[in-house]
Amino acid sequence: MALTTAGVALIVLLSVLPMLRLAQEIVAPGGQFSTAAITAGLASPATWTATWHSLVVGLGGAALAVAIGTIVALVVTLTDIRGRGAFVLLYVMPLMIAPQVTALAWLQVFGPASPLLKLLGMAPPIGTRNPLYSPEGIILLLGLQYGPLVFLMVRAGLRKLPRELVEAARAGGAGWFTVLRTIVLPLMTPSIVAAAALAFVSCVGNFGIPAFLGIPANYLVLPTLIYQRLAGGGPAVLSDVAFLSVLIGAIAMAGIVAQDLISRRRDYRISTTSLPAEPYPLGRWRVPVQGLLWLFVVIVLALPLTGLILTSLVPGYGIPLGPDTATLANYQFVLFEHSGARRAFFNSFTLSIAAAVFAVFVAVPLGYIVAWGKQWWVRAFNLAVELPYALPGVVLAIAALLMFLRPIPLTGIHIYNTVWIILYAYLARFLVLALRPTVSGFHQVDRALEEAAQIAGAGLFRRLRTVIFPLVAPAAMAGGLLIFMTALSELTVSALLWSSGSETIGVVMFSFEQGGDSAYAAAMSAITVAITFTLMLGANLFAHLLPNGVLPWRD
Amino acid sequence: MAGLTMQNVTKAFGNFQAVSDVSLEVKDGEFLAVLGPSGCGKTTMLRIVAGFENVTSGSVRIGNETVLGSGVNVPPERRRVGIVFQNYALWPHMTVAENVGYALKVAKVDRVSRDKRIADALALVDLTGFGDRRPANLSGGQRQRVALARCLVSTPSLVLFDEPLANLDVHLRAAMEDEFARFHERTGTTIVYITHDQAEAMALADRIAVMDHGRLAQIAPPRELYREPANEMVASFISQGIVLPAAVLTAEDAGHARVEVLGQQLVARCRPGERPRGNARLCCRSDDIELVASGGDGIEGTIGRAVYKGGSARVEFSATAAPDLAIHFEQRDPVTVSAGDKVSIRIASGWVIPAEGAAAR
Repeated sequence: MALTTAGVALIVLLSVLPMLRLAQEIVAPGGQFSTAAITAGLASPATWTATWHSLVVGLGGAALAVAIGTIVALVVTLTDIRGRGAFVLLYVMPLMIAPQVTALAWLQVFGPASPLLKLLGMAPPIGTRNPLYSPEGIILLLGLQYGPLVFLMVRAGLRKLPRELVEAARAGGAGWFTVLRTIVLPLMTPSIVAAAALAFVSCVGNFGIPAFLGIPANYLVLPTLIYQRLAGGGPAVLSDVAFLSVLIGAIAMAGIVAQDLISRRRDYRISTTSLPAEPYPLGRWRVPVQGLLWLFVVIVLALPLTGLILTSLVPGYGIPLGPDTATLANYQFVLFEHSGARRAFFNSFTLSIAAAVFAVFVAVPLGYIVAWGKQWWVRAFNLAVELPYALPGVVLAIAALLMFLRPIPLTGIHIYNTVWIILYAYLARFLVLALRPTVSGFHQVDRALEEAAQIAGAGLFRRLRTVIFPLVAPAAMAGGLLIFMTALSELTVSALLWSSGSETIGVVMFSFEQGGDSAYAAAMSAITVAITFTLMLGANLFAHLLPNGVLPWRD
Repeated sequence: MAGLTMQNVTKAFGNFQAVSDVSLEVKDGEFLAVLGPSGCGKTTMLRIVAGFENVTSGSVRIGNETVLGSGVNVPPERRRVGIVFQNYALWPHMTVAENVGYALKVAKVDRVSRDKRIADALALVDLTGFGDRRPANLSGGQRQRVALARCLVSTPSLVLFDEPLANLDVHLRAAMEDEFARFHERTGTTIVYITHDQAEAMALADRIAVMDHGRLAQIAPPRELYREPANEMVASFISQGIVLPAAVLTAEDAGHARVEVLGQQLVARCRPGERPRGNARLCCRSDDIELVASGGDGIEGTIGRAVYKGGSARVEFSATAAPDLAIHFEQRDPVTVSAGDKVSIRIASGWVIPAEGAAAR
């Protein structure tokens, strides 16, 4: 009982309260019912332009991600290509890299200052516009960023496809492409639709890519519009941006609802314990197909990362990179000399570790409620945990601002403009990343283990500590690791919540890039990418302790 | 219609031989059951015939066409075999009619004759009028009949059944057994039927192939399999046969020979050419064993357990001379024995298991 109460109280604090506060700001600012905020928001042409832009890049990015992710998933899962594990690890990597790092890296590939193009002697003349500063560029990068997300979901669906359904069709005379068209793809529509919805929500909520590519082109989407308004107007415009953030939240919700409606009509419920289908032998096509896949990985991962690293070694803007000009000075500068950057590394590490540790410990009792609870409200409870992460990050950031703009009632504690408000937002937003693997860990544990402890006389907290925590700890810790990696170079939330002294890596990276110091931004990005990749590989060593699918990059 | 010939088929997964040097021939129109404990390689064999598995060595012929072997491997979609899977494998995104008509659609049969053949196939399995339903809305037995109709509609040369009744309850099983038997009678299709259920195999098949650890232990009509098992594995596997050490005392004469088992002499059935030997094995059935009235001559021993089955009891007996041999028999009502009783039994008849390596008939 105490556990349930504490769990519910925590979720109310982290999810329900901020959402309610945001809703109140829209319909009843200052306690009085009023539609003024809505009318004002709807009257502004900037709102409509940004909404339109959000829809364009959201739908375009999602469509591209679905096309790429589905094709790659089909090839990787259904054919007999070799080196699958390594391919999946590398292909899923962009998902673990912060979007603004992706954007920065791609910007270094093209454009007049590109060290890569300079090395090849193909750089356009100085003054040429980088072709990525455009809606097409945003769509391209969103598609590449979230293609792996679609890939993972479609691949999971394909792995559950029972081989008999494929074999029955082949025995009926259907060749492989007919089977693909008439059996595999129709059966995969639920996975593909769900993946499309998730990709859409991620694309419209994305801040890093449209911030790096769209702001220079003056192509604003809702999250970047909110950022610009808030950066220019401060707390005075909170009401306006609250409306915008609800708008972006509503668009995201529309995507989720549409997915729900579509998949309800196509509920196939494939439930069998059968083996997955035999891989299709590509024969003499295998080597070329493998070659194409690896070329694809090189283009989406190695190429931008090379651009990023080369830029981080450049001594100054426009200077050609060579063995004698290459320098580590940029790294030295961001790590030791620039006080803001140094502080950002410290802040981001502390924030990510704090959020991860907190989430691991909270996820176990919360997972207990979600996985084993029989109460009628468990579904709603789970939804409440999902919400701050499912909705675009700006929504939560604005809600947190509204909540803490004034001192917390009764205590007088004021966390606005401190690092604590960022920590609060991280806890609220990323908790679900630890909860999901923990819940799947719970599903793998035989409940009789807990019941045996109960029979032996152990109370709930003793059972949690001595029996349940040790059993689900690996999964919860893997979730904590995901949180650490996500929060470390996070930008969306901290861009709106930071203040002098509480900068994060993402924020400083962003301001370097906006100030034209791409080399510093690249050096910071390269450091976070290196940390991320090291953690991914390190976590693989413990993968055997974890339920399947907890580490998304592990095949 | 076409027969099936497998020659020296071996399938190895790494060091494990799932199917090991299997040769068999299924005649045109024959109903062959492949019977064996789980993991004996029977499903792998079926998948080789269907074309879903390649072989390590050996060849497969369907009708007059070599579909596998000597550099040929015809893909499943061109083998013209039908399959009925254990889990039915109906496509959930298609209606019953779409499921049944799938092969015709793939073969680009025109709509009118397609609809007619779908209707015919559904009528054959008593599902007329179910065409517009979804598989999810059917019962287990109905799903199995849809699967049957689906594989019939393209008139395959050979139909493979992969434990089709394993997921059904007992009553439905009996009904479906009848259905399969009638279907075979009506269509005369060559059938290879995988099962681990002996009663099912006996009831349906013209011949039964018993598999054990990837090898073909024996292939024979049901009655012969029961009465004249070729080796110890088949003897003990079929109907829980009792295998006892024996000595053949006389040479075969008109299919019989005198043998000695546990000190008792009897005349048992045997293969032509059976000769006196010491290390023989006798297979007898519980029906062949009877209780000897007290004081009579017989094999002495103790009753281990008597389990009443309704009308009779299954009695487990251990002989004093060889307490480790598992012997059991039936006693009809009134059941007079109970655990611990000292009794004597007599073996009335049996089958001398042919010597290892003796030429099969």
